[in-house]
Amino acid sequence: MSASTHDAPMGAPHGEDIGKRDFLKLIAGAGAAVGLGALAWPLIDSMNPSSDVLALSSVELDIAPIPEGSGITIVWRGKPIFVRHRTAAEIKSARDVKLTELTEPAADKDRVKAGHEAWLVVIGICTHLGCVPLGNKPTDSRGDFGGWLCPCHGSQYDTSGRVRRGPAPINLPLPPYAFTSDTKIKIG
Amino acid sequence: MPGLHKSEFTNPVVNWIDTRLPVFTMLTKEYAVFPTPRNFNYFWNFGALAMINLMIMIATGIFLAMNYTPNTLMAFDSVERIMRDVNYGWLLRYVHANGASMFFVVVYIHMFRSLYYGSYKAPRELLWMLGVVILLLMMATAFMGYVLPWGQMSYWGATVITNLFSAIPLVGDSIVTFLWGGFSVDNATLNRFFSLHYLLPFVITGVVFLHIVALHITGSNNPLGIDPKGPQDTLPFHPYYTIKDSVGIGVYLIVFAVLVFFAPNFLGHVDNYVPANPLVTPADVVPEWYFLPFYAILRSVPSKLGGVTLMFGAIAVLFVLPWLDTSPIRSARFRPIYRQLIFVLVAAIIVLGMVGGHPPQGIWVVLGRIATAYYFLHFLVILPLLGKLERPLPLPESISSPVIRKGGGPLPYGAAAAPMEKN
Ligand code: HEM
Ligand code: FES
Repeated sequence: MSASTHDAPMGAPHGEDIGKRDFLKLIAGAGAAVGLGALAWPLIDSMNPSSDVLALSSVELDIAPIPEGSGITIVWRGKPIFVRHRTAAEIKSARDVKLTELTEPAADKDRVKAGHEAWLVVIGICTHLGCVPLGNKPTDSRGDFGGWLCPCHGSQYDTSGRVRRGPAPINLPLPPYAFTSDTKIKIG
Repeated sequence: MPGLHKSEFTNPVVNWIDTRLPVFTMLTKEYAVFPTPRNFNYFWNFGALAMINLMIMIATGIFLAMNYTPNTLMAFDSVERIMRDVNYGWLLRYVHANGASMFFVVVYIHMFRSLYYGSYKAPRELLWMLGVVILLLMMATAFMGYVLPWGQMSYWGATVITNLFSAIPLVGDSIVTFLWGGFSVDNATLNRFFSLHYLLPFVITGVVFLHIVALHITGSNNPLGIDPKGPQDTLPFHPYYTIKDSVGIGVYLIVFAVLVFFAPNFLGHVDNYVPANPLVTPADVVPEWYFLPFYAILRSVPSKLGGVTLMFGAIAVLFVLPWLDTSPIRSARFRPIYRQLIFVLVAAIIVLGMVGGHPPQGIWVVLGRIATAYYFLHFLVILPLLGKLERPLPLPESISSPVIRKGGGPLPYGAAAAPMEKN
């Protein structure tokens, strides 16, 4: 402890004692802080998604009944998922556009599963401020690019779910999914 | 400049705030340098422990409420979901449920301390009465909290306790209908209980604040029950009593943790894991342990109104205790007879607790009546007379006077711990 004698404040009586006390104070304070953190963690973590919420994290869907040219909306983790059965013309228009014209360049073939090009699966939440774009119902306007049109601030998406016009900064994101057979997909 | 506080803090930010809002000066005055009698024993930890306990209850309660649903159709399931699915939900719930028991253990010991050392006497009458108000609020909060999981005990406890008010002549039934918001304990009842169960702890916090303000006006009592005569009799609260309180908090947390992690349902009732059924009453309806003595008083009178009156009377006598006790001597150390009778009272309360936990048959009825009678005898007859008849021992000159080192005698620790263990 002789080192701490030198570290003690100048002129303090019993320098060694003070060094010890500072050390004890520091240890006690650090111990209390760790203890409080350990107490706080269960409280904070209880606000994270619970097991029953996490258990809802995958859904299966039979896509056979969806006719060409239309789409449906299903719910995955409380979010709308658009599943669209594209026509040959829609696929062609999605593939013909030059990437440089896009707000967020992405090739259509990277946004669908190989061998299942007719199927587009995207998270149906406008990347601007979170509204659900229109375009799945036959009566909906699909905007100038044949995909979706957001009613909130007018963002327009094409038949690959890419943003083409309006304030949305990026394309509609893709959920994790896989084809479990030719007519079934599993999301999540 | 008029009104600005002259702060002595050197840190410029602290000084700036303190000049305008002297909270730092206040904290220093009330919690750091606050002159505190130098002879506290560990009984003086229990106020601080109660405060910690209140904070734990509020913290866990707020997070439980994020996952609880106050609806008769969903309440039970939402609690089970907390136990199974919510991250650490089981921990939050067990801490909250056992925290209620810990709270009553702590507060009952805190009150025993006040009885033993005469802390309720002048000039601390109002401090004591605020304490009794806190006790009443705690009881209401605990009762309503127990209803929330909507198990069988929740439901039938709520039914029995609200029906107590039907004993009131003439208006009793209307009052009960009003309390229920219907013609039985039902969804309206559950909703209002949840609302009030959330509100009352904050009311308690407010009353605790007044309790502390009153304490800091009169200053603390101490094991000798005599007033400090000068600086030689006191110590600054920090670091002496912050450290002593920390030791107590450590022990308290260990006991708490053992309960939560090794016996979380020890103090509960299995029947409360059965969803509420308004058509079937469980075989033995008993309240939580901390209500048992009062429950026993209720049942020991063979009259509805009489039982209810005596039960509330058991708390009412505490309100007027400062005037029932006529002895000017505070500490039981210097009251040879009171010092023994206070343990008879504790024994009577423990007997009442045991009586409350058994069906009212045979010997339990007799015991319940004797203990009830003694409880009221103690407060209403013995205390007023004893102050006149008892010859107190000579008081020491001052807290620091060396005479007391020999004369004071050791504290009856074993005996004092008994109420906690027996219950
Ligand atoms: C929420 C519950 C309560 C809290 C947080 C609380 C808090 C406190 C604190 C921090 C003190 C000072 C430390 C001490 O003397 O131990 C105190 C003193 C006191 N409390 Fe409480 N208390 C509570 C309930 C009660 C109850 C139910 C009563 C009695 C009916 C009571 C009666 C007293 C008395 C008489 C004192 C002064 C003791 C003395 O100076 O010797 N308290 N309380
Ligand atoms: S939220 Fe879709 S455009 Fe603003």
